[in-house]
Amino acid sequence: MTWSEMEPLLEQACWDTLYMVGWSAVIAVVGGLPLGVLLVLTDRGGVLQNVVVNKVVGQIVNVARSMPFIILMVALISFTRVIVGTTIGPEAAIVPLAIGAIPFYARLVETSVREVDGGLVEAVQSMGGSTWTVVRKVLLPESLPALISSATTTIVALIGYSAMAGTVGAGGLGDLAVRYGYLRFETKLMWITVAILAVVISVIQFAGDIAARGLSHRGRSSVAPRLVLLRGGASRAGKPAAAPQPRTAPAEIESVEPTKVP
Amino acid sequence: MITTTDLTKVYRSRGREVTALDGVDLHVREGEVYGVVGQSGAGKSTLIRCVNLLERPTSGTVTVAGQDLTALAGRRQSAGSALRQARSRIGMVFQHFNLLSSRTVRDNVELPLEILGVSGKERTRKALELLELVGLGDKAKAYPAQLSGGQKQRVGIARALAGDPKVLLSDEATSALDPETTRSILQLLRDLNEQLGLTVLLITHEMDVVKTICDSAALMRDGRIVESGRVSELLATPGSELAQELFPVGGVPSGEDRTVVDVTFQGEAATKPVISQLSRTYNIDISILGAAMDTVGGHQVGRMRIELPGRFEENVVPIGFLREQGLQVDVAAIADGPRANPTPLLKEGAK
Repeated sequence: MTWSEMEPLLEQACWDTLYMVGWSAVIAVVGGLPLGVLLVLTDRGGVLQNVVVNKVVGQIVNVARSMPFIILMVALISFTRVIVGTTIGPEAAIVPLAIGAIPFYARLVETSVREVDGGLVEAVQSMGGSTWTVVRKVLLPESLPALISSATTTIVALIGYSAMAGTVGAGGLGDLAVRYGYLRFETKLMWITVAILAVVISVIQFAGDIAARGLSHRGRSSVAPRLVLLRGGASRAGKPAAAPQPRTAPAEIESVEPTKVP
Repeated sequence: MITTTDLTKVYRSRGREVTALDGVDLHVREGEVYGVVGQSGAGKSTLIRCVNLLERPTSGTVTVAGQDLTALAGRRQSAGSALRQARSRIGMVFQHFNLLSSRTVRDNVELPLEILGVSGKERTRKALELLELVGLGDKAKAYPAQLSGGQKQRVGIARALAGDPKVLLSDEATSALDPETTRSILQLLRDLNEQLGLTVLLITHEMDVVKTICDSAALMRDGRIVESGRVSELLATPGSELAQELFPVGGVPSGEDRTVVDVTFQGEAATKPVISQLSRTYNIDISILGAAMDTVGGHQVGRMRIELPGRFEENVVPIGFLREQGLQVDVAAIADGPRANPTPLLKEGAK
């Protein structure tokens, strides 16, 4: 197979994969986020403690998560037909992909949100905040970096699932690698597919890490203070006479916090 | 301003019952700083969290600023809107600050205003004003992770004041801070109490906090209030445990045939040189075994354990002289001397 023969195939497969993964990731986040938050809120000691709801939702999530994806896909065929009208093609693959990824992301959301310090929830309650305020102003913003990391993990997992979806006629890179690379002994094409997948996954992981780190303000590990330092250093070197804020002179800071004065 | 009557809280878990509060009656007057002290597990935290109903009492009532909060509470775990509104008028400061790490200092202070539905411009103005008040006007754009402990607590206080509360609850606000920072935070609380007429209810395990800023205090043990009242009155109460804890005096008599006396100085009498007067008038040698003096609210107060030669019978007249000077004198029996020390040690061991 020459490159001119492979190129259109690869291009189509790439788009199919991105299309499937993109939409199912969006649906997974939209569905998994509230589910994960609900699991935390209804848990013992949670703001909306409700053991029955927690147990039921938790059980559904567990079952859906432990289901092998290839079986889930087959089991959902009739459901998929009702939703998108067909069981073949990228659109059809989005249904089982999203349904498989929702509980996956929900569990990750649950772990991330549970990490938020209970004292913060209490603080907002003491200000008169409602449960919705707690979710919107505390749980989600405080766990945002972890939520983004979780979404990255989910997307990478979805790319893996989408290759499986390829075997039942969804197209995409996985399908290409199996049909051409394996069944037709086009080893070169298979390796190109593998390389593309590796690049795609690396880019997604990298972007996710950068986004998560940029949003974290937890000090030492955070980028934000370092940027502030860099900016401070630059302005001092550039125009020392006209410091932007004379009030931030070290003497001022020390007078505010008497502990720092030896 | 804050009144609790017969407040009881029982925790139930796996069939086991733990009584955290056992019929607590607390009365905090308007405009005073009230300290609740006690060891870990005495129920202090539960008490303060019952005051704004973060913790639902099992029985009893809580009244803040004339409003019965327990009546506002719904059946469910989540708070109704009436209770939420009442809470927004009670500020609360926490031991571990509880600032949102994802928000800047200014945005943290704005949070309660967002909950109250204050418009954006007004929020910013108010937040900057409050930060100026607590001495952090230049830190508005910093993130909590970039601040020191004392600065974080100042932000916590600014945030607690955002809703213009009449009452401030402080849950061990200085316990995570070093002594010097503790002092500056306490000074800030005292200033706010005086400037804004804020009623402050604070819980602490540090006696120094009570000594430094409290008008009144209560001692808690095993979910009950053992002793309570104005600090000055408590000091004048014979055998007061709080007075003993606030101004601990130790010391063992140097031999047989000695009279050991605990003298409490407060008010007028504290300024007079009574000990040297006593010595001169009766020509006796006095040894000081232990003493704890401090200035509370501009007045010298303290306790001193002194030793007089001879048995009690021989010292009736000098002791009478001390009482005449307006001092409170408790005679510690000779046998009491060696026993006075093991008592606090036992308490430590009981933790």
